[in-house]
Amino acid sequence: MDLFNFKKPEHFFVTGEPMIYMADVLIVLTMLGIVFVLTYYKKWRWLWDEWLTTVDHKKIGIMYLISAVLMLFRGGVDAVLMRTQLALPNLKFLNAQHYNEIFTTHGTIMIIFMAMPFIFGLMNIAVPLQIGARDVAFPALNALSFWLFAAGALLFNISFVIGGSPDAGWTSYTPLAGNELDPGPGENYYLLGLQISGIGTLMSGINFLVTILKMRAPGMKLMKMPMFTWSTLITSIIIIFAFPVLTVALALLTMDRLFGAHFFTIAGDGMPMLWANLFWIWGHPEVYIVILPAFGIFSEVISTFARKRLFGYSAMVYSMVAISALSFVVWVHHFFTMGSGPWINSLFSITTMLISIPTGVKIFNWLFTLYKGRIRFTTPMLWTLAFIPTFLVGGITGVMLASAPADYQYHNSYFLISHFHYTLIGGTVFACFAGLIYWWPKMFGFKLNERLGKWSFWIFIIGFNLCFIPMYLIGLKGMPRRIYTYPAGLGWGTWNMIETIGAYLMGIGFAIFVYCIIYSIRHGERDTTGDPWDGRTLEWSTSSPAPEYNFARIPQVNEIDAFWYRKRNKAMKVEESKPLKPIHMPNKTGLPVILSIFMFIAGFGFVFEWHLIGIIGLLGVLGCLAWRSLHEDKGFYIPVDIIQQTEAKWKKVSARGKSITS
Amino acid sequence: MEHPNTLKKHIFGFLWSLILTFAALLITLRTNLPLGWKVTIIVTLAFFQLIIQLLYFMHLTEGDSKWIQVVNIVYGLFVAIVTVAGSIWIMLYNTMTH
Repeated sequence: MDLFNFKKPEHFFVTGEPMIYMADVLIVLTMLGIVFVLTYYKKWRWLWDEWLTTVDHKKIGIMYLISAVLMLFRGGVDAVLMRTQLALPNLKFLNAQHYNEIFTTHGTIMIIFMAMPFIFGLMNIAVPLQIGARDVAFPALNALSFWLFAAGALLFNISFVIGGSPDAGWTSYTPLAGNELDPGPGENYYLLGLQISGIGTLMSGINFLVTILKMRAPGMKLMKMPMFTWSTLITSIIIIFAFPVLTVALALLTMDRLFGAHFFTIAGDGMPMLWANLFWIWGHPEVYIVILPAFGIFSEVISTFARKRLFGYSAMVYSMVAISALSFVVWVHHFFTMGSGPWINSLFSITTMLISIPTGVKIFNWLFTLYKGRIRFTTPMLWTLAFIPTFLVGGITGVMLASAPADYQYHNSYFLISHFHYTLIGGTVFACFAGLIYWWPKMFGFKLNERLGKWSFWIFIIGFNLCFIPMYLIGLKGMPRRIYTYPAGLGWGTWNMIETIGAYLMGIGFAIFVYCIIYSIRHGERDTTGDPWDGRTLEWSTSSPAPEYNFARIPQVNEIDAFWYRKRNKAMKVEESKPLKPIHMPNKTGLPVILSIFMFIAGFGFVFEWHLIGIIGLLGVLGCLAWRSLHEDKGFYIPVDIIQQTEAKWKKVSARGKSITS
Repeated sequence: MEHPNTLKKHIFGFLWSLILTFAALLITLRTNLPLGWKVTIIVTLAFFQLIIQLLYFMHLTEGDSKWIQVVNIVYGLFVAIVTVAGSIWIMLYNTMTH
């Protein structure tokens, strides 16, 4: 290893594609635009003080959500490009290599850089408020989690203009992803981008576990927590146990690629199949990491808009606990065809089918919550109601796939593609939309326009089914995944065209949603009460947007759906007579941003195997850690008169709002 | 601070975890012991590493709620055994590698 050998890759900047040049121009223009706006309006100081150095869970949540929506756009563009290429047989819109890169980045971005930050954003917004806490347990660590995610996401995303994107699929199977068959920076981007953001994810898992176990309001026993908080708790546990496996697997493959180790190579007695094994030991729990919080969101939304307490609360909790344990014993079903013996495949078939039991319990509980409820068909409720049948289809095809002998037929066909899109879009993406719209007033103080929201919902849902129902059919007709084109005359053409139309409709649905946000910023209904949906849990008991300290007085909890009962029992008045005390809050810190910049530099260096730059970046990271360890930060107190002023202002606006509506 | 010895304990634990890690690395790369010996030594070192981590960083003995510690340890053992034993089982009985 020569530290001073800065070998230049063949193409540092990706060349030869008109679309890439267009992207280059757009990226430069966007960056110039951002710099111009910030300078012209003198907002640099504001950006640093209010956002980059913040440790406030609500602002970190918003930053997660902005990144997630941007990544949804990026991953969505990838999807639309793929569908355009596949619309007709023998199209030459994308070449094979470009297509490989695009399906790789589509999968990786949608899971790691879209679904995960979306979920974390909503957790950050809602969980501390739901348990009556003033922030998470480790606020600075929370900021670091976000900035590490951002560094990893940025590193991964620049690959398509600098150095070339990874092209071995989001699963990055060896030996294809090894140095021999796939040299160059592309796969390194995958390894280091995921590694950096994965560290952030692990920290978030620890943070939310401690927050939920240690910082609940007095009286909130575990079995009185809101269901979204429960799902976050279970998810955090899965993260803590699953993500280290990814960290190790990525590190081993990085050593193979950068330093000539032989963990996954055929040469030197390595085991290429071990990668698939390790990847899915993490990968399957990962699926539940993104779906359990979605279940939590749906539980909140259904209970709120059916105006009923969640049916079978404890069954919901125990089924999630069961899913968390089962999630670690099913991973082989991702590679039944790898040649494991019949005993192995049989065992993992059975464990996989077992998962449908707790999931079925949850579906029935949601249905029984709806039963005899006074249902309001708001946009979040529509997404939730659409989720139940959609996820059911995804789940039942999952049971079909779980049967190992039958899987030899379905494996790597479009049947599988449709199955996991029905669960991941129908579960996670629908939940992200539902949760975003549901908690939007709490974040920004106004509601999103319902009419536009419903348009976006219907167009998206029609597009979704047009896109993915045909995939089940052509999957059974034998169309394999990851092919960049196909000949005419196989009977796939018409269905593919319908799928492409569906994909475009989903794109239009997303565009309407974005327009809905822009429209609502000016015209959205203002939320003066803090409780726009007639909510049940504690986040609706404070103002919208919530003040920095969340609650002037920490609430006392006696029931599930604490806020609902407080509203009914006039307990609010009693609480407000308690005297205010100064509130202890964490200081903001620039360290997470700086550490993440060093991490990005390290990652970028190692991607191009410029080890000197990589080491400099890592030394910077170590320096930041040392600095943080040697400085004690005791936080600060918000004095009582400031709290009184903030509360009085809200009460005044709230009273005016009430007099207007009544 | 509630635990006055935290800093000392952290540094002590950190140093020991480094020593154990580098010992494992040196024994594998720089000695000519037979493979069986190497594996035995590494597993032993890993066991001590586990103890160090649990005591000095996971604060196993300091918590006030015992059942959370017990649940954590049991769940951790469950995941560790399933993944390690499962991986060995899957990789050894793979019909493609024979």
